[in-house]
Amino acid sequence: MCGATEGGLSLDGVDVAKEAVVQGQVTRGGEPVGNAYVRLLDRTGEFTAEVPTSATGHFRFFTRDGEWTLRALAPKAEVVDQAVVAAIGSVAEVAIAV
Amino acid sequence: MSREETLVTTQWVEDNIDNDQIVLIEVDEDTTAYDKGHIKNAIKFDWSIDLQDQIRRDIISKDGFEALLSKSGVSNHHTVVLYGGNNNWFAAYAYWYFKLYGHQDVKLVDGGRKKWELESRELVQDVPERTATTYTAQKLDSTKRANRDDVVAAIGTKNLVDVRSPDEYAGRLLAPAHLPQEQAQRAGHPPTAANIPWSKAANDDGTFKSNEELTKLYEDAGVDFGKDTIAYCRIGERSSHTWVVLHELLGHENTKNYDGSWVEYGSLVGVPIVLGDERGEA
Repeated sequence: MCGATEGGLSLDGVDVAKEAVVQGQVTRGGEPVGNAYVRLLDRTGEFTAEVPTSATGHFRFFTRDGEWTLRALAPKAEVVDQAVVAAIGSVAEVAIAV
Repeated sequence: MSREETLVTTQWVEDNIDNDQIVLIEVDEDTTAYDKGHIKNAIKFDWSIDLQDQIRRDIISKDGFEALLSKSGVSNHHTVVLYGGNNNWFAAYAYWYFKLYGHQDVKLVDGGRKKWELESRELVQDVPERTATTYTAQKLDSTKRANRDDVVAAIGTKNLVDVRSPDEYAGRLLAPAHLPQEQAQRAGHPPTAANIPWSKAANDDGTFKSNEELTKLYEDAGVDFGKDTIAYCRIGERSSHTWVVLHELLGHENTKNYDGSWVEYGSLVGVPIVLGDERGEA
């Protein structure tokens, strides 16, 4: 993938020092899931954003300092929730197996 | 309008996929999604090109809308069926556009592209060829669109519904969290606006909640349906989703979409802004 970085998606043009990045990959049996959806829920469980995964199963959010929950929806799979802590100036990597 | 006239199911789309009377159009925030695969016979509108004036910040003109539909092979007599990713945000925006310019027979696929994908239904690469038409639009219906002066005048007098996420409403985020946060405008919301995120109107699979659940959602948040309502978000797409809920599914015709939304309001000089989770006073 052009401009690939850890996490699989390019961060070209983004000032990472000013962002609290949460990103990762959705897999099933070790294989990437390219047709899943990942939701970002805030500390109260409220929906904040949602992205489809890339062809390589990757996803990314720009959040703020604090605790978040990632919720993965994939065809023919149970919903999976995973907690993550984000901080400005850092990239939190999360692997989600469905 | 009613729920039955506004929404079709994914199964209905599959059953009608070769029906010549229907024009299926995908409108996605990710404008490359269509190119990776789409529902058979669907054409694509690129919201950033087809649905935005390319010089000033505005929706396209009546002439522009007529040209778009004509070259896309959409006639005044077609049933237009819209779907898209991101829980239909941009498909709802296109839906609002069709209503602004007077196309009555337009529908949204309940759940949109996400539900179609989660149900493992077929996506194809073939781009259909359509014969150009001569489409005639109606004059823009300003009863469905709010501007910045309408919003300032609504503070403390009408229902202002901020459909962004709680963190955007409070000013802790400036954009939806799948986008970088560094932005020029100020953060927060206009005084007295209620925060009713668009996502509360949808189920996880992207379908709309029942009319009973929707009515309770807005009433519990203090919306007085006896008053006019203006919905806004950051750039007008998520609030189109809420406009569809209030104006079309629930039939509250005194609902407008403020497509200038926070990118405009948060850049205005001298207008009041409230930070934090409270609505604030007029």
